[in-house]
This record gives sequence, C-alpha cells and structure tokens, in this order.
Amino acid sequence: MAATENKGSALGVEAQLEMVRRERKANNAWHKLSRNKMAVVGLVIVVVMVLMAVFANQLSPYDPNAIDMTNAYAAPGSEGHIFGTDNYGRDLLSRIIFGARISIFVAVGGTLVGAFIGVLVGLVAGFFGGLLDSIIMRVMDGMMSFPFVLLALILMTILGQGAINVVIALGIGNIPYFARVVRGQVHIVKNEEYCNAERVLGASPVRILFTHILPNAMSPIIVYFTLNVASAIISEAALSFLGMGITPPTASWGNILSGGRTCLRTSPHIATISGIFILITVLGFNLLGDGIRDVFDPKQKQ
Amino acid sequence: MSEMTQATAAEQAQERQPILSIRHLSKDFKLRGEGLFDKPKTLHALSDVSLDVYEGETLGIIGESGCGKSTLGRCVVQLHQATSGEIRYKGQDINGLKGPELKAMRKNIQMVFQDSYSSLDPRFTAARAIEEPLRIYKLVPDKAEREKIVFDLMKEVGLDIQHMERFPHEFSGGQRQRINVARALVLDPKIIVCDEPVSALDVSIQAQVLNLFRRLQRDRGLTYLFISHDLSVIKHISDRIAIMYLGRVVELCPAHRVYENPMHPYTQALLSAVPPESPFQKTEELKLKGEIASPVGDQAGCPLAGRCPFCEERCRKERPALTEVEPGHQVACFRYHDAVTA
Repeated sequence: MAATENKGSALGVEAQLEMVRRERKANNAWHKLSRNKMAVVGLVIVVVMVLMAVFANQLSPYDPNAIDMTNAYAAPGSEGHIFGTDNYGRDLLSRIIFGARISIFVAVGGTLVGAFIGVLVGLVAGFFGGLLDSIIMRVMDGMMSFPFVLLALILMTILGQGAINVVIALGIGNIPYFARVVRGQVHIVKNEEYCNAERVLGASPVRILFTHILPNAMSPIIVYFTLNVASAIISEAALSFLGMGITPPTASWGNILSGGRTCLRTSPHIATISGIFILITVLGFNLLGDGIRDVFDPKQKQ
Repeated sequence: MSEMTQATAAEQAQERQPILSIRHLSKDFKLRGEGLFDKPKTLHALSDVSLDVYEGETLGIIGESGCGKSTLGRCVVQLHQATSGEIRYKGQDINGLKGPELKAMRKNIQMVFQDSYSSLDPRFTAARAIEEPLRIYKLVPDKAEREKIVFDLMKEVGLDIQHMERFPHEFSGGQRQRINVARALVLDPKIIVCDEPVSALDVSIQAQVLNLFRRLQRDRGLTYLFISHDLSVIKHISDRIAIMYLGRVVELCPAHRVYENPMHPYTQALLSAVPPESPFQKTEELKLKGEIASPVGDQAGCPLAGRCPFCEERCRKERPALTEVEPGHQVACFRYHDAVTA
C-alpha cells in the first residue's frame, strides 16, 4: 500500500482561481436560466401577460364592459375589433386584456396560497412524522375527499364572491395536494445520509429542514406549481360558470371561455381566442417552471 | 509501520488516559410484530459493549454485517440514542446530552460515512459543503476568512482549489471522500468515527485515502474509531482491534496480536477465511457451522455457542465476559478464562 497521494494540480494559483470564477459564473442561477432557450421563451410569455394585465387601462382600445348590441358576434378582423366582439357586442380584445388581470391574479395567487401553506404543512408532517404526521395527513385526506370544485364552491358560499375570495378558496383547496407532494418528497430526502451528516455536524432540525430537505424536495413542487396554475385558471372559469366566482360583467378568461361555449357553432372565435390565451399562458408557466427546476438541479450544466 | 512500532504505540496507549470510554453500552431496536396483535420484538444491535479509546490511537472495529459495528459508531456520534450504558468523552457522559451541550460536544467527535456520495448534499458545492460546519456554529462570520479556511483544508486533504465550485456528482469517489474528511475536520475534532470510509472505494483509491487518514492523524493528533469489515484495511490502519460478533466485543487486542495469536474461535474463523497468499501455503482452517444467529429476541450464553466447534455445556448457559488473558489482550471465551484462573 505504497500508493502516493495526489500532489495537486500543476496549474498556478491564479489559473486555478480563474477556473473557480468561471465555474461560479456557470452555476449562477440567472446565467443558467438565460442559457435555457425554452425557459427564456416561458419567461417572456409570462412577463408579457403580466405586463398586459398591469397596463390593461392603457392597452385596451375599448371599455371592456361597453355593450353595443348592434355589433354583437362580430367576427375577428371586423372594423375596429381585431378579435371581434362577444354576444353583447363588447370588444373581445379589451375583455381579454382586462381578463388577464383577474385570471393571472386568481391562478397565481390561488396556487401561491395553496403552495405556501401546503409546503409548510407537508414539511412539518414529513419531517416530524409520528402522530403529528398521521393527524395532519388524515385531515388532508379529508379535504381531498371532496371534489376540488365542490370544496371551492363551499368555501365561496361561505366567503362570498370576489377575486380575493376566489384566491382564498382555490388556495385552501390546493393545500392538501401540495402537502402530499411535499410530505412524500421529505420522506425520501430526510433519510439521506447527508441529513445524518448534518446532524452529526451539529445542525438544528430547522436548519436541516430549510437548507437541505426543502431545496432537495423542490423539483416536484415547482412542477406541480406550474401545472396547478393552469388548472387554477380553469377552476376559476368553472366557479364563474356556476355563478360563484367572478361576478359578470367583470371579464376573466374563464368566463369569456364559458360564455363563448354557448355560441361555439355560430361564433367560435370567442371561445377559441380566450382558449388560446389560456393555452399560451399555461405554456409560458410550464416552460418557466421547467427552466427553474433545471436551474435548481446541479447536474444540469449548459 | 513495522509490527514492533505498532506494538510500542499500543503499549504507550495503554498508559494514557482514555479519551473515550464506552461502558456497558446497549442499543435495542423495537421491531413491529408481523401480525396486528403481535407483541413488538426487540433487536439487540449492541449488548453490553465496553471499550476504551486512547488519545491518538486508531481503534479498529471489525465484524461481519449486522454485528453492530455501525450501530456502535452511530451511538458514539449520537445519531442513535443508546438504550443503556455510558459513553464518556474525557470523563463526561455524552449519552443523552441535549441542545447546546450536545452541539458543543459534537465539535469534538465527528464522523466520516461509508457512502461518500449520499453523505454530501447534491446541491452543495465542495466549498459550500466544507464551510457548512462553520456556518452552523457561526464561527467565522467573515466570508473571505471562511474561504481561506476552506482553501487550506482542501489543500490539506489533497483537493485542488480549482474544484471548489464543483458539485458532488462531478467528483470521483476518492475525491468525494476527501471532501467528507475536510468537512469533518473543519471543527477541529479530537475523535473521528470512520464508518467503513474506504469500503465503497476502488482498491487503489482505498490506499490513498487510508494514507490520508494516517497523515492527518500524525499531523493533528487525531483519534480514530475505524469501522471496517475488511481485514487488510484494518490491519493497515489500526493500533488495536476489537472484533465484534452479534452486538458484542469478543476479542480486543493490539493489531498485530490478532494475526499472531487469535484466541477467540470467531476471530480464528475470520482469519482462516482470508485466502492464503500462496496456493501452496498450508493454513489451519477453522470452520464455523451454520449461519450468524438472529439478533432478535433474548439471548442466553455465548453468542457463538450454536456455531462454535469448541462449544461446551457451559457456553450455552453462561455468557463469557471480556477478560484480559494477556497484557492488553482481552477475550470473551471460557477456553482462555479457565487458563487464567487456574
């Protein structure tokens, strides 16, 4: 056993530090995200949609709620109405632009609320385990036993209509799903040897939870988050359709879509255009989510 | 290291105060019964283990899988809470310490794990992993100063500083184990529990990492509790060796004595299982009957009783205690005990 230990690199200190600097740059989150074309596309879509929602007043050519019955069901491209008009003759482009406000706010807000509480609940249940875990997860199972829309409906009946209340209802409805994903992931990660190593080093449980377990449990949370933004847009539409979401005439992509469904044969453009906007936004969030997940994954390099 | 110097090192160790003394340490695991109404069974992973570890020595612990050697290591670093017994570090019982006292104690006793990959967070770069202990204890608030410490340690364990921003999956097994060693060293511990730190490595890399362990011991005066199932590794690194079987220490002696004069039948069987260096070399073989007994349930008598060719009536009823039969050589077997008392 006379093997020698390796004596280190032949490079000078300065050259080695240069390599370190290069590697540090390659590991930088923004740098990694910007190298990922699909993620950039997703980011651009999301930013455009958000800007559209924020500057709706400046961007929309008409008042989204101005009724003009003489001009109802105008086809896209007709004079003054690029996207045409709906059953009350309201300009579809203006409604889509204002609808972005409600839809994106409700979808992202509702998912965020659900994700935040759900992740915390899942972390606690998964990490501490035992009786606490059983109690928390049985409560979550109880919530899951209601169909999502039914649960949201019950909550909306209690809370009353309005965008904020939709956010709360969707958020509460989402908690058990996030909690489950996170708890399962925590169970996998917490038994990894590096958590034991960290314990031996003297780290507190809270430190282990937030510096090791949560970051390593992040990828499925991000994926579930982006998928959930999509279904939250649809859920809001379902609630509005049932008369418990956003009160008309306020536009949201969901209620434009469900309104367009009644005249799908005669004027397909109403449902189609609002559907395309939902589709593009969902795509944007998914691409961005995948990109962020890759940024968090140390094995992905360029 | 020649056998002579090993012998003197071990003898010197005997005169020193033990830095770590383990007394009557037992660890039971409760197993859930198979049926709904079955009583939970008890798995005795460690039964009544007593060992002294002297400052600056390497105590090798060897035994087959399931004999409790890793459990012993994990009890010492307080990853497992021992069921009963004492673990004294410089006289202070560390068993059952909590909160800040435990945190302060952990600085003294560190561990290197078997799996070099899974014991590193895949999201932490090498430098981040090595500086983590400093952050836990908030020892060095200055970032540049921390970096300097990490630099020096990386050099000390033979890592290139150009690799500091790399992630665990970008290293080889040997390099990863060096990161683990560096991380364990940051807090300047006195004792390092090495739980099979080289058994997952390539043979050529094993030698390098073992030499690293030795050099660090020399430079820093470290004490090792070195757990392994590999006889040649243990021989290379240890001053004294403890042989474990079914949660008990059956023989404890200076490293070279294990090879010159193995006493316990289990040790003899273990050594005769090593392939001879030459096919023409004659070896006295001692074969044990059957398989290792289950550690579940109550035990009576010598743990080896069912398999030992020298088993007598007494072995099945009484348990032989670990007794010194030669200076520095302890055995738990009646065959030698009688010779001492006679």
